[in-house]
Amino acid sequence: MNAISEAASQPAIQRRAIGLVSGGLDSMLAVKVMQEQGIHVEGVNFFTGFCVEGHTHAIRKRDKDKNKRNNALWVAETLGIKLHIVDISEEYKDVVLNPKHGYGAHLNPCLDCKIFMVNQATLMLNKARELAGEKGFDFIITGEVVGQRPKSQRKETMPIISRESGADDRLLRPLCARNLPETLPEREGWVDREKLYDFSGRNRKPQIELARRFGLEEYAQPAGGCCFLTDESYSNKLADLWRVRHERRYELDDIMLLKVGRHIRPNDSYKLIISREEGENRFLEGYRYQFTSLTTVSCPGPLALIDGQLESDAALRQAAAIVARYSKGRMDDTVTLEVREPGGVAREVTVAPAHPEQIPVEWHVG
Amino acid sequence: MQYELDVRRQLCPIPVIKTQNRVRELQSGDVLRVTCTDPGALNDVPAWCRINGHQVLDTVEEGYEVVITLRVGETSSAF
Repeated sequence: MNAISEAASQPAIQRRAIGLVSGGLDSMLAVKVMQEQGIHVEGVNFFTGFCVEGHTHAIRKRDKDKNKRNNALWVAETLGIKLHIVDISEEYKDVVLNPKHGYGAHLNPCLDCKIFMVNQATLMLNKARELAGEKGFDFIITGEVVGQRPKSQRKETMPIISRESGADDRLLRPLCARNLPETLPEREGWVDREKLYDFSGRNRKPQIELARRFGLEEYAQPAGGCCFLTDESYSNKLADLWRVRHERRYELDDIMLLKVGRHIRPNDSYKLIISREEGENRFLEGYRYQFTSLTTVSCPGPLALIDGQLESDAALRQAAAIVARYSKGRMDDTVTLEVREPGGVAREVTVAPAHPEQIPVEWHVG
Repeated sequence: MQYELDVRRQLCPIPVIKTQNRVRELQSGDVLRVTCTDPGALNDVPAWCRINGHQVLDTVEEGYEVVITLRVGETSSAF
């Protein structure tokens, strides 16, 4: 048998791609486009700690009628792919604290974030190739579309992401590939460039039309993105945290608590985190072993955590009056609250609820 | 073998991530009982199991707690 006929008799290798799956429509379509070309795709979803996904739905009872599914898992199941959820929250701190390419409108380091995530996927790809050879992966796909995001998805940022992530030409964007230079999977004929797309800009109609053609009738429609850092109120709370600590750092609990409750800061010594409903109450309960907390006992009311130090009895009474203001006893002459230390020692304090004008608007953080 | 995983007070996707990471350490056929308080886990942990070839044996809601029992399947991922 000569070399040509021997090659022809070999079964074609099924090429394998790692898909960055956020749970949104674009990454879902990118995976589907690859599947249509016979590529085996496995998804990866990164948990940064700032993901809007899941947390807010899980915490707030008012959202109880919303579907509490994780959209990335739902996309994976719908498309029949495996999904690996990777906790990068610790390593991600450096992206948030020191973004080489700067922030977007708020504290969102979108370009650095994308570079970091593609780099993580590249490391996974390299490791899998090392361990599994041809059973590893050949390239990475994302749902990026040229011109869709003002910070990270622009024509000039696409090559920056490819280069700085280390993925180089193993990074393919199936939805806008025809607007970009050829990548390795296209040059090698693993995928047909003609069957890729040339989407650009913020218009979502081409994606919606493609979803319809694929028979995908249901998909997540995130309003304002999937990251709390793009939210002005959330970014303000994070900036406030750094300001009073005199340093830019955070722990996972810090950024979780910024997603919950009313944040009221009477001064730099302390901030109150006051639950707004039962779901948040339950969530904050889990933090009472770490923080001094206040709860009303003479009437129904919220649970509040003290983030910082109450430096005097007057400060404690001020905090209690503010919490009483958000209780059912706000119109009562006095409200009694329990003050519990993290160690469990509790005492009671009785105060007159604060009047609205005693809680200036500038005390509300966010 | 039967194992326990306590992910109470942790919010999705952390219960899924911790389940995923624990399952990686177990053998096919092992049983893992995951206790959660995030109601989202009731959807997410079984979805993760279905996607990755593990069998959900039981899901029980007890007050604010959700207990999901799964049997570890064959793992074939390159990761």
